[in-house]
Amino acid sequence: MLDQRTGDAFVAFEHVQKSYDGQTLVVKDLNLSIGKGEFLTMLGPSGSGKTTCLMMLAGFETATHGEIRLDGRPINQVPPHKRGIGMVFQNYALFPHMTVGENLSFPLEVRGMDKAERESRIKRALDMVQMGAFASRRPAQLSGGQQQRIALARALVFDPQLVLMDEPLGALDKQLREHMQFEIKHLHEKLGITVVYVTHDQGEALTMSDRVAVFNDGRIQQLAAPADLYERPENSFVAQFIGENNKLPGTIEQLDGDKALVRLHTGELIDATPVNVAQTGQPTLVSIRPERVEFKPEMMPPGAHMIDARVIEVIYMGDILRARLSVAGSDDFVMKMRNTIGQTQLTPGQTIKVGWHPADARALDPI
Amino acid sequence: MANATDPHAASVTTASGAGDGTLTTADGKPLARALARSQGRARRRAFLLVLPLLAFILITFVVPIGQMLQRSFHNDGFSANMPQISQWFAENPRGTDIDEAAWTALALDLQASAEERSIGVVGTRINYDVPGTRSLFTSTGRKVRRGIEPPYRETLLDIDEDWGDPVLWGAMRDASTPYTGNFYLASLDRTRAEDGSIEMVPERQQVYQMLFMRTFWLSLLITGLTFVLGFPVAHLLATLPMRKSNLLMILVLLPFWTSLLVRTTSWMVLLQQQGVINDILVWLGVIGDGQRLQMIYNQTGTIIAMTHILLPFMILPLYSVMRTINPSYVRAARSLGATSWTAFRRIYFPQTLPGLGAGALLVFILAVGYYITPALVGGSSGQLISNMIAMHMTDTLNWSMAAALAALLLASVLVLYWLYDRLVGIDNLKLG
Repeated sequence: MLDQRTGDAFVAFEHVQKSYDGQTLVVKDLNLSIGKGEFLTMLGPSGSGKTTCLMMLAGFETATHGEIRLDGRPINQVPPHKRGIGMVFQNYALFPHMTVGENLSFPLEVRGMDKAERESRIKRALDMVQMGAFASRRPAQLSGGQQQRIALARALVFDPQLVLMDEPLGALDKQLREHMQFEIKHLHEKLGITVVYVTHDQGEALTMSDRVAVFNDGRIQQLAAPADLYERPENSFVAQFIGENNKLPGTIEQLDGDKALVRLHTGELIDATPVNVAQTGQPTLVSIRPERVEFKPEMMPPGAHMIDARVIEVIYMGDILRARLSVAGSDDFVMKMRNTIGQTQLTPGQTIKVGWHPADARALDPI
Repeated sequence: MANATDPHAASVTTASGAGDGTLTTADGKPLARALARSQGRARRRAFLLVLPLLAFILITFVVPIGQMLQRSFHNDGFSANMPQISQWFAENPRGTDIDEAAWTALALDLQASAEERSIGVVGTRINYDVPGTRSLFTSTGRKVRRGIEPPYRETLLDIDEDWGDPVLWGAMRDASTPYTGNFYLASLDRTRAEDGSIEMVPERQQVYQMLFMRTFWLSLLITGLTFVLGFPVAHLLATLPMRKSNLLMILVLLPFWTSLLVRTTSWMVLLQQQGVINDILVWLGVIGDGQRLQMIYNQTGTIIAMTHILLPFMILPLYSVMRTINPSYVRAARSLGATSWTAFRRIYFPQTLPGLGAGALLVFILAVGYYITPALVGGSSGQLISNMIAMHMTDTLNWSMAAALAALLLASVLVLYWLYDRLVGIDNLKLG
């Protein structure tokens, strides 16, 4: 998974390992390179090691083994305050005893900047996040979204090349969160800074990132652009973690280049694209996105296999209809249909046939 | 209770249309009364719950303190038992010659007082101002009880020529009204001269001002020492994992569970000239056997023992505040380019101020009133003002003087409390 750009990468992790207790590894052999101006998201469940990686990059944790480089320079021994990395914390960490202006002034004061220069920079940073009128307020007088903007402005006010964000939108409500996602994305594009973003919210990761590194169990499971991640997951963990997924266990019956025939445990044959399976007879887990499941034969490519399904329930969700089906012995097979005029109405108990394009069914390693 | 920010009030306003400006409920009753009625029951029950404590505090705290304060400026030991001479003092201003009328009043009062067996109280009262006069009153009392004849001046001077002492007459004049500020004057090493003006007492009798200064200076020093020693400990406790910090916390709390006397006596064992520390220093050869350090029965002993005893009162409020300071503040400061010292000074330390203020106030106020420890380990140079109060309570039995000293102490603590409120704000205080 080592990127070929490691040599001239802006941020590079090389064989980084981290252990807190000397017995278990929280981060196991991390190799990651991040290009200049890239928006990279570390996505994963809690305890997957993503925050530890961010803290090692920021300098609050030391790597047990391996090297971290920033702009070609090893920074393992550089204390946090000399790394020049902006950081946005999960709880914002705005200094409660200082006003917004003093909060923004702090990084400039410790850099010995004179007063006029400080004021112009603070004004620019506050205007950038549309908080120009709030310089004399205390953080406690601001709403969550406003505090978030100030935290962002404070991390950017000293013009860092790299900004780290540790679940910065976790405390906001859904609407505000989506709004802030766009604002952060636009700031990233406008300023051309490099952003390393940590989140456990896959929607956030897919919306904002250039590339997403999916973490689990101390390793990067897949490092790819959002579309690749969603449509071409490389293993069962990524397939399940990103988006909704139907899983059908079976064995490889026939393997032919980029096509595979899978015999399900209940006997049916289905089409799939082999991803990380190597030979026939191997057990596999076929993953299919609910929105790629078809039940109208005219939508299917010629020769594709279809299997029997029984409708258990249909849930009306506004823009889509969500049908829960019984397929190959499992009762939680989900199919999503667009709620268009003339969409076929399914009723519970009805028996239908479902199928999919072979490219949408990915035969992965079983977990 | 019905203010505009109350959400109920707001909704009622819109419901009733608020025609005349006073808020009413939907059926037209005044809102404030409806609110009081709806909450009255719960409030009465809540009040009943605190009633026992309220009564307890009133009886055991407020009333005694009130009595003590009253005693500091009110003492009718002389005026109540010597009505005629008190009357004469009231009618004749200071400087009037003592005429036969005064002698008559004095003699008859002494006789009446002796018969009522209150002459001792009278003598005690004058004894406060003129030491050694109590026996003058009691012995004269014994004699005049058998009968007394005019001319009274000669008769009394025959019994004891001290009756002619102008200082005694001045003291009697001062005591002739039950209300007096003389105890406060005495608490500040001042007295009334014969002509009624206020002057300092002779230099070798001045003791209280010096003791007040020493009390405040030592309390300040001890507060500073508990801060210097307690701050790192509190920080350690707040940052260690819960299990380890709980263990350490027991060590901090252990002194709380030990008797004050035991703790003070163990300091005696450690610090005395033949004690553990001196023995070790001699054994190490740091000092010779003849130069053992005097670390106890002086100010040093008071400072060491009191710092130790008051340390938890500094650590606990600091700890409780530090516990709530999110470590991400310091991390944020570091990521913004601050060295660890700058991050501590400008970000961490200011956030501990509520705990520091509470701890400092607590330690200082406790230290100002400390009594047992200085009495045991303080020697003469380590005595504080409260030891003087105790002496007046138990030895000289001059309770009015004790009350005046205590009232001054109370007043100065209240002034400090007020200052703290003005400078830091009492709502910033965090005791735990």
